[in-house]
Amino acid sequence: MYDIAIVGAGVIGGMIARTLARYRLKICILEKKHDVAMGASSANSAIVHAGFDAAPGSLKAKLNVRGSEMMEEVCRELGVKYRNNGSLVIGFDEADRQTVEELYRRGNENGVKNLKVLDAEDLHRLEPNVSKNAVCALHAPTGSIVCPYELTIAAIGNAMDNGADLLLDFEVCDIRDTGKHFEITSPDKTVLAKYVINAAGLYSDAIARMVGDDSFTVHPRRGEYILLDKECGTLLNHTVFRTPSKMGKGILVSPTVDGNLLTGPTSTDMDDKENKATTAEGLALVMKQASENADGVLFGKSITSFCGLRAVGSTGDFIINLPRARFVNVAGIESPGLSSAPAIAEYVVELLAKAGLKPEENPSYTPTRPAMHAFREASIEEKNAIIQKDPTYGHIICRCETVTEGEILTAIRTNPRPRDLDGVKRRTRAQMGRCQGGFCSPYIVELLAKENNIPYEAVTKFGGASLINFERTKEER
Amino acid sequence: MKEIELVIVGGGPAGMSAAVAAYESGISDLLIIERDARLGGILQQCIHNGFGLHRFGEELTGPEYAWKYEKLVREKQIPFLPNTMVLDITPDKVVTATNATDGVFQIKAKAIILAMGCRERSRGALNIAGTRPAGIYTAGTAQKYVNLKGYMPGKEVVILGSGDIGLIMARRMTLEGAKVHAVCELMPYSGGLARNIEQCLHDFDIPLRLSHTVVEIHGKERLTGVTIAKVDKNRRPIPETREYIPCDTLLLSVGLIPENELSKTASVTLDRVTGGAVVDQDRQTSVEGIFACGNVLHVHDLVDYVSEEAEIAGKNAAAYIRGEAIERTEINLRTDGKIRYTVPQRITQKKDVTVYFRVADVYRNVTVKILDGERVVYQKKKPRVAPGEMESITLNADQLADAKELLFALEVK
Repeated sequence: MYDIAIVGAGVIGGMIARTLARYRLKICILEKKHDVAMGASSANSAIVHAGFDAAPGSLKAKLNVRGSEMMEEVCRELGVKYRNNGSLVIGFDEADRQTVEELYRRGNENGVKNLKVLDAEDLHRLEPNVSKNAVCALHAPTGSIVCPYELTIAAIGNAMDNGADLLLDFEVCDIRDTGKHFEITSPDKTVLAKYVINAAGLYSDAIARMVGDDSFTVHPRRGEYILLDKECGTLLNHTVFRTPSKMGKGILVSPTVDGNLLTGPTSTDMDDKENKATTAEGLALVMKQASENADGVLFGKSITSFCGLRAVGSTGDFIINLPRARFVNVAGIESPGLSSAPAIAEYVVELLAKAGLKPEENPSYTPTRPAMHAFREASIEEKNAIIQKDPTYGHIICRCETVTEGEILTAIRTNPRPRDLDGVKRRTRAQMGRCQGGFCSPYIVELLAKENNIPYEAVTKFGGASLINFERTKEER
Repeated sequence: MKEIELVIVGGGPAGMSAAVAAYESGISDLLIIERDARLGGILQQCIHNGFGLHRFGEELTGPEYAWKYEKLVREKQIPFLPNTMVLDITPDKVVTATNATDGVFQIKAKAIILAMGCRERSRGALNIAGTRPAGIYTAGTAQKYVNLKGYMPGKEVVILGSGDIGLIMARRMTLEGAKVHAVCELMPYSGGLARNIEQCLHDFDIPLRLSHTVVEIHGKERLTGVTIAKVDKNRRPIPETREYIPCDTLLLSVGLIPENELSKTASVTLDRVTGGAVVDQDRQTSVEGIFACGNVLHVHDLVDYVSEEAEIAGKNAAAYIRGEAIERTEINLRTDGKIRYTVPQRITQKKDVTVYFRVADVYRNVTVKILDGERVVYQKKKPRVAPGEMESITLNADQLADAKELLFALEVK
């Protein structure tokens, strides 16, 4: 019997698990996919928003501003890369200027610190490569960037290091309330838990319906992105947005914490929660608008394009409530969901306390997790000390991102353990460079097979039928 | 810091041939650094034949061709470090590298030969719309799975791009029991060698769909199919020609990119067209004492020419180390656009120089002309030239005369 079952291993479920791990609670995270961070947390704008966008008084506004304040410390504890680069919302005409001023007022009302409206001259002094056509901008110095899947993996890893269980390939198909606890079933397993936290992203409406709550729905809104080579990563220092519309914050151009340049997203409402295909029109729109935001965005240097699905709730705000005893919805977490994640977790713990959960502190709780990128940032002397103890750290597997065998093996052996190629990619950056795994993936398949004790041909890209190889053609010599 | 006269970065055909040439020119304090476990580079996985026709007058497989050079490296006891990756090269020729036994270490070299080869352009560079399932590989990655690892990465195959590796893999996958449904080529002609079109596609009845590209990728976990379309003369897909092909594998052979990340750390000037260094006739780059050869310099169709080029780099790196005084001149080689590029891009010594070049399109009945202002330095008629086949011309010192700039032009009737 678990005290808490969290449905969904995205950034929200992960941050909640990690926040609850400080108490003496038996926690499990249930995830239907082959790995964590497989939904909206795998593909979004990777921005910690300052908090000027959401309507004053909304949960989004409150939790965004709070989350943005918490994020740096959370990232430090979890060994996750975080960069406070500041953000700019640029305007091209008089109508945009009014929007910028409206955002400025809204931001101040929401409690965002140090906002400033810039004229063209100040804007271009601050960020020389912003489009020469921009006439004004809102500058939010507290805007930052973070990697959403890195944060999710670290949060879940930290929760697991503190005793939480992660059950992958666990697709919740029914939840029954016995009055004392819940029985949560997948096609082949049942777990019991006193409390259930519904952080199932796009499917949180379906999970809520399992306990009789049909007060909201969630639909996917597609966002397409193009990621550019690290050569382009220094084009801009700030995250550059256009003035927003009701469909979102517009196409942005931003450096990433790993040094690439990210452009996107588009914004299209969809019906199919599984359709993560990019479209030719969408990618063309990203290229057009990103090139309008900044000068010198070189799409000839693109290394990948991808699509994320935002989980848009039917209420217009985050849906965080207790529709019945011991069951918490954390639904409709679209943007600024990543920014709000630490604050959402804190808020959920408060809700649980109100619902009667009075846990004791766990004296052996460790809030920190070693940074997965520590080796690459070490000095030559530090590296050599590590290599002397473990020679696999001297052997480079991914040449584009210079990732060593040691880093990959450590990632494979660290909570939450990756079982597929994409899992290794998200944890180590191996295969994430300009050759996109062309050279290193056959070696990584070998390491995954060996470490997980499975045949070479059983290794997948991301679980299920995503096999890399079909069969063996030759016998071992 | 350890000092070595000549460091060769890369132990593929270019690196080995350069090392042997430098050794034979009297340099015995040299080191080949190779990131793979073995020497040979990409030749290790090229188990088909056709290598060495020009150089050795016989048809060798890739590993056999590589062995010819590895044998020489071993006989001459030229030192090489396998499983070692160079991380950085400075303009004053300090090489930083890492491996499991020595850790991260630095070497100060008198001269460096860059021979890192090239990488394949990936799906991401093309921004093909659709999903991101398993089953999409560059042709070279698939070749590694099939030939080196002994696994089949797919059964029902479509190939995008008719570069040589794509053509070779069309045949290879067929021989291993896969069905290759089509090879799509964006251009109205193939970028591969004529003999490969014949022997790898025609002999196996594999259709070559010229002026076609893949416009959408389907499948959630493993690839289930691709949509292809014909393109107009501006290479834009024509919507009404869209055609769905069910398949579980898409191989990409859409271009090779010289891997010059290290050259950039060494401040070597790169040529925008070749993607490799700008070099003189000795294959010396813009940084004195740093030389480049093989596919890191420009993409070759035949390894035979790689060896030839690497010998030039090896010999001249040796001359540089010996500090031979040379009378210098400066002739820049320009192209007219129909000729895309030349290697070398500059001539700094009046001696016999072979200039390699590639054209931008398929042209018939052309005259290749080299002009020094009004003066015609060289001209020759050719029935056909194509981007897939590298051309070469040897100029002698007299022809160079007092030229400051030579224009390589193509006269098309």
